[in-house]
Amino acid sequence: MTALLPRRGLAQVLALIVILAIDRIVSPQFFDLRLQEGRLFGSLIDVLNRGTPVALLTLGMVLVIATRGIDLSVGAVMAISGAIAASLADSHGLPIVLAAALGAGLVCGLWNGFLVAVLGMQPIVATLILMVAGRGIAQLITEGRIVTFSSPDLVWLGNGSVLGLPVPVVIALGMLILTAAVVRGSALGLLIEATGGNARASELAGVGTRAMILSVYVWCGVCAALAGVIAAADIMGADANNAGLWLELDAILAVVIGGTSLFGGRFSLVLAVLGALIIQTMNTGILLSGYPPEFNLLVKAVVVLAVLLLQSPKLSGFAGIAMRLRRTKA
Amino acid sequence: MTPKVLFAASAAAALLLALPASAAQLTIGFSQIGSESGWRAAETSVSKQEAAKRKVNLKIADAQQKQENQIKAIRSFIAQNVDAIFLAPVVSTGWESVLKEAKEAKIPVVLLDRDIDPSGKDLYLTAVTSDSVHEGAVAGDWLAKTVGTKPCNIVELQGTVGASVAANRKKGFDTAIAKHANLKVVRSQTGDFTRAKGKEVMESFIKAEGGGKSICAVYAHNDDMMVGAIQAMKEAGLKPGKEILTVSIDAVPDIFKAMAAGEANATVELTPNMAGPALDAIAAFKEKGTVPPKWIQTESKLYTAADDPQKIYDSKKGLGY
Repeated sequence: MTALLPRRGLAQVLALIVILAIDRIVSPQFFDLRLQEGRLFGSLIDVLNRGTPVALLTLGMVLVIATRGIDLSVGAVMAISGAIAASLADSHGLPIVLAAALGAGLVCGLWNGFLVAVLGMQPIVATLILMVAGRGIAQLITEGRIVTFSSPDLVWLGNGSVLGLPVPVVIALGMLILTAAVVRGSALGLLIEATGGNARASELAGVGTRAMILSVYVWCGVCAALAGVIAAADIMGADANNAGLWLELDAILAVVIGGTSLFGGRFSLVLAVLGALIIQTMNTGILLSGYPPEFNLLVKAVVVLAVLLLQSPKLSGFAGIAMRLRRTKA
Repeated sequence: MTPKVLFAASAAAALLLALPASAAQLTIGFSQIGSESGWRAAETSVSKQEAAKRKVNLKIADAQQKQENQIKAIRSFIAQNVDAIFLAPVVSTGWESVLKEAKEAKIPVVLLDRDIDPSGKDLYLTAVTSDSVHEGAVAGDWLAKTVGTKPCNIVELQGTVGASVAANRKKGFDTAIAKHANLKVVRSQTGDFTRAKGKEVMESFIKAEGGGKSICAVYAHNDDMMVGAIQAMKEAGLKPGKEILTVSIDAVPDIFKAMAAGEANATVELTPNMAGPALDAIAAFKEKGTVPPKWIQTESKLYTAADDPQKIYDSKKGLGY
């Protein structure tokens, strides 16, 4: 039995299946899919599409958390990159727009990384600075307005489709494969985990921990910037007040649901993205259910608690003992 | 990007600095909340226009969403012995002591856009606000009139849960359509007053209502959510403004763009001109001693495609929305 199912990830897959089943109960048409103007249309596609920004954020966040850090500024970075992309979209070509927006994310990441790796600030404090200031920067860029654009190239990034799948989903998938290839295809992932597990020991063993920490924050900034561009492209405008608001918390939650410890030293990219999908499956289910909105946050809290309980080592230990007892009795 | 940042920074600095004194008779201090939304920015620019029209010297202090800054600003206005103080209170409580100081200095205070706790009623001259219950009722009445006697399933995009504006706009709309048995709100969910959430929630409404075929109208508590919902409808192959009626509140420029394109039907204006009636009340109070009513309600005007939306869009887009 245990040989067939991988231990790690079992809880997450189980949680996703249970939530999908609940969604099917509250909304009978949940699994309906049809092709509409060359694009798949249905609630499942909505889950993937709406889950994209948080999924992209988790790709950076999970690496930061693996080094025993945290990045609270990703929501603000989304707002900055979205604001830049929207401001430039109608006057410049897509490559320049993307370069400027992602470049801003890179600079934000460098700033965070510099504070943490070079100045030795605590990550939660260091990134809090940009979390607060970043939204202000975004508001300065948009002058407090919602900056709209009509550039078809940028709009395609948010609303277009490739082989029936929404473009944001394809981008997120591509980024997952790219990140996984870079960190797991080389020793990089191991070095990141070593840095998080014991930075001093790793340093003495010859791991460039500073470079590791700096680079994960930079990657986190770039991922957040990409999420910001997609969020702006989706609504054809940059809303500096609301873009990415509180999404840093969803990203951290997704990483935790994915089984990555906040104490660092271990991470799983796929499970973190699965965590983001679990959150979005739940959100979409809540919207489809037709319950009054006053229940939204309560339902969310109960489901998250249940998913985390599923992973609790103590609790699964009890379950294991119970199973063994039953087996010995039989 | 840099010139824009510079521009915004200098604009913010200009707001903080007192405007140069002119030969105006009246000097009025205005403690504005800050740039929390496009509507707020429009209110600031309309206030300047209205003051200039009446040759009033209006000093605007930007509080950056902090009550302590507003209190400081009011104290400095009292020290400058202005003729009146306008206050857009960021919160409803905690104004007693500073408003008492203004009262002792015999400087009348006018509240703009938001009210304060009823216990402070005798500390200000009048409050110029919109009635958000009435706004919802105007939206509901328009829909009832437009639909006629046909059965109509309505989906509602609510504002942020717990916000009094959202509760009031819901209440007004519900009361207005309660008289018509053929109108029914079939789904209601919060879109947090944002475009992104408005779009996401509308996507789920469309899926839950058989691809949107059974939806006859959308009611959104603000225009931004409606702009998002219109995108969701278009992406689902529906025709907003034609197959599905839309009515929302605020009258921001982008909804007029959608109206001009035939994708939206109606909006109820939350006027950014709160300063105009306030300035008139102060002028009458100063010249003739006329005490204004405790509450001056602004007009909740309904706009439809018949009102030349393109022209309104052009006139509104420069206000800073």
